[in-house]
Amino acid sequence: MRRISRWAAISAVLLLALVAAACGSNSDKSSANASGSDNSSSSSAPGKDSKAVGFIFVGPKDDFGYNQAAYQGAMAVKAAFPNLKVLTAENVPETDEAARVMEGMIAKGAKIIFATSYGHLDAAMKVAADHPDVAVVQQGNFIKGTVPANAGTYFGTVYEPVYLAGIVAGKQTKTNKLGYVYAFPIPQTVANIDAFELGAQSVNPKAETYVVNTSNWCDPAKQEEAAKSLLAQGVDVLTQHQDCTATITKAAEAAGAMVVGYHADASSLAPKGWIAGSEWDWSALYKDIVQTALDGKFTGSKYNANFRSGLKDGLNPFVQSKYGPAVTQDTKDLVAKAKTDISTSGSPFKGPVMSQDGKTLIAAGTVPDYATIESTIVVFVKGVVGEMPKSS
Amino acid sequence: MTGAVRGGTSILYCAMGESVSETAGVVNLGTEGSMLVGALAAYAITANTHNPWIGALAGASAGAALAFVHAFFVLNRKANQLATGLVVLFLGLGLTSLFGAAYVARTVNSFKTWKVPLLSHIPWIGQIFFQHDPLTYLTFLLVPATWFVLQRTGVGLLVRGAGERSEVLSTYGHNVLLVQYLAVVTGGFLAGLGGAQLSTAYANAWFENMTQGRGFVAVAVVIFAARKPLAAMGGSYLFGAALALSPALQARGWHVNQFALDSLPYLAIIVVLVLLGKKRAAEAPEGLQKVFEMSIAT
Repeated sequence: MRRISRWAAISAVLLLALVAAACGSNSDKSSANASGSDNSSSSSAPGKDSKAVGFIFVGPKDDFGYNQAAYQGAMAVKAAFPNLKVLTAENVPETDEAARVMEGMIAKGAKIIFATSYGHLDAAMKVAADHPDVAVVQQGNFIKGTVPANAGTYFGTVYEPVYLAGIVAGKQTKTNKLGYVYAFPIPQTVANIDAFELGAQSVNPKAETYVVNTSNWCDPAKQEEAAKSLLAQGVDVLTQHQDCTATITKAAEAAGAMVVGYHADASSLAPKGWIAGSEWDWSALYKDIVQTALDGKFTGSKYNANFRSGLKDGLNPFVQSKYGPAVTQDTKDLVAKAKTDISTSGSPFKGPVMSQDGKTLIAAGTVPDYATIESTIVVFVKGVVGEMPKSS
Repeated sequence: MTGAVRGGTSILYCAMGESVSETAGVVNLGTEGSMLVGALAAYAITANTHNPWIGALAGASAGAALAFVHAFFVLNRKANQLATGLVVLFLGLGLTSLFGAAYVARTVNSFKTWKVPLLSHIPWIGQIFFQHDPLTYLTFLLVPATWFVLQRTGVGLLVRGAGERSEVLSTYGHNVLLVQYLAVVTGGFLAGLGGAQLSTAYANAWFENMTQGRGFVAVAVVIFAARKPLAAMGGSYLFGAALALSPALQARGWHVNQFALDSLPYLAIIVVLVLLGKKRAAEAPEGLQKVFEMSIAT
């Protein structure tokens, strides 16, 4: 009896805690509404004269990948604006917790917030709605409908350097089988996979890209298994879209296969197999966004929208990594030519682009703009082997 | 199939450790934590000494140290085993993300795959069992050894006695506490080795929370194998196979629902637990029954 009553007491405490938590989130909501209605009366421009700028990252700052690159961008901001306090938070989950972290940064004086992971968008939008005087920008996602006056998304056209890397892969492969390990079939990833395959096809019509997903941005053991499976299928060039890239890079090197990098220069991990890659350089773009907001010009600027930057305007934050030793001058010339092409009149997705099941995605001769690409290239193109996971 | 052994080995180590611990009447949900600190310690020490064997030993010791914390609270302070296990897990998680940050970007001299001469050429079997890293081969000895020690030796009798009727043991003048301590710490030692296999032989990387629940799976496997080492081996490989199946099918361009596939191992374990629950509960050491009765009372 005594034991049962103790447990009853514990469950009662737990229940109370739950109720308290529920009340907490309720009051959050009501305060959100209250400040939302303040929106019209607030006159200060978002981010103007901010004393600090906040960055949140979904992973650790030294992951040989996405977060490391974003962190380096934040450090570039710190170097360029000595009067500005730069607040950073690593390992911020893509949940309401992200909103709390951002609120904390705002409490410390940040009026400019960079939410750098795809899944941070919902939390970022919530924070933006609560704080009309804070400029909140999100990296890589897409705001549907009207963009609030103090929010925006920004990203590079990542698929452009990935297309160029695909050319290298297409030239280097002996088996005509390329392997792509990805996490989730989000539009960004799908466009990358398609660009990679199209790049390879452009120089090697027989090249096919085998895809494997891990349903996780960083599960090294699953990555290892995915890499091994692809290599066992005769794939001789591996690439990936994962947050932590070391495992797959090392797996390719150990198996004597070639590897195309993503996110960061990991050529030190694969001195023999590294052939090409793409990596981030956020510094110029971050600095420009911060400057725009500090000047009070955020609202109505190009960053107060779904901003995309590419080879055409020269601001692409996603650039080619260095080549590996095995890449011939001939291949480099091909890449240089394609790069000039994309910078002037072309696109990795210049028509005709056919989907896996033979539908025309981009008509022959059409050069799609960034928005069209983002809305059209959401399925695998012909030459990609594998299916997207479906939830049904 | 090779993937089953490759992916299942880290779980198998933890399962062996948990078998020993549970036989002595202590459930350690902190196995996941021991695995994590083992993975980090092995990786960090290998990075600094360039010797994966020293790393593996460090990983095992770290796992044992964390299990010691569990043992202290559970055995000396009589804390609830399940709750303590979870606390120990979070302790491991916190410690590793604190000290692990410096090692995320490091490369280490990891264990290399070593093909057993002759045996690795046997078609089918050779590929599955004899083309692995040394830590995997070690489990081939560990599993029968665990079974032998637990079931056929005096030490095993003491361990089983501690789990079954600790009063009897103390009546005969044996130190029950010592036996249970040793069992739990051995469990942590093996879980740490499992973590070492994950970080220095399998994934060749350290990453925060890289075990992703494999320690919990090991605990479930042990319950469903009724602490029998051979059955636990089968369960671990089953889980390893399920993990390997999804990418293997995808790489061949098969049409599968990966989300369903990913949840399959967990579903299988739940189903088996439900089916065997009643029957197995009666066979469990009395010390263990007490633990679970207590949680049923909530």
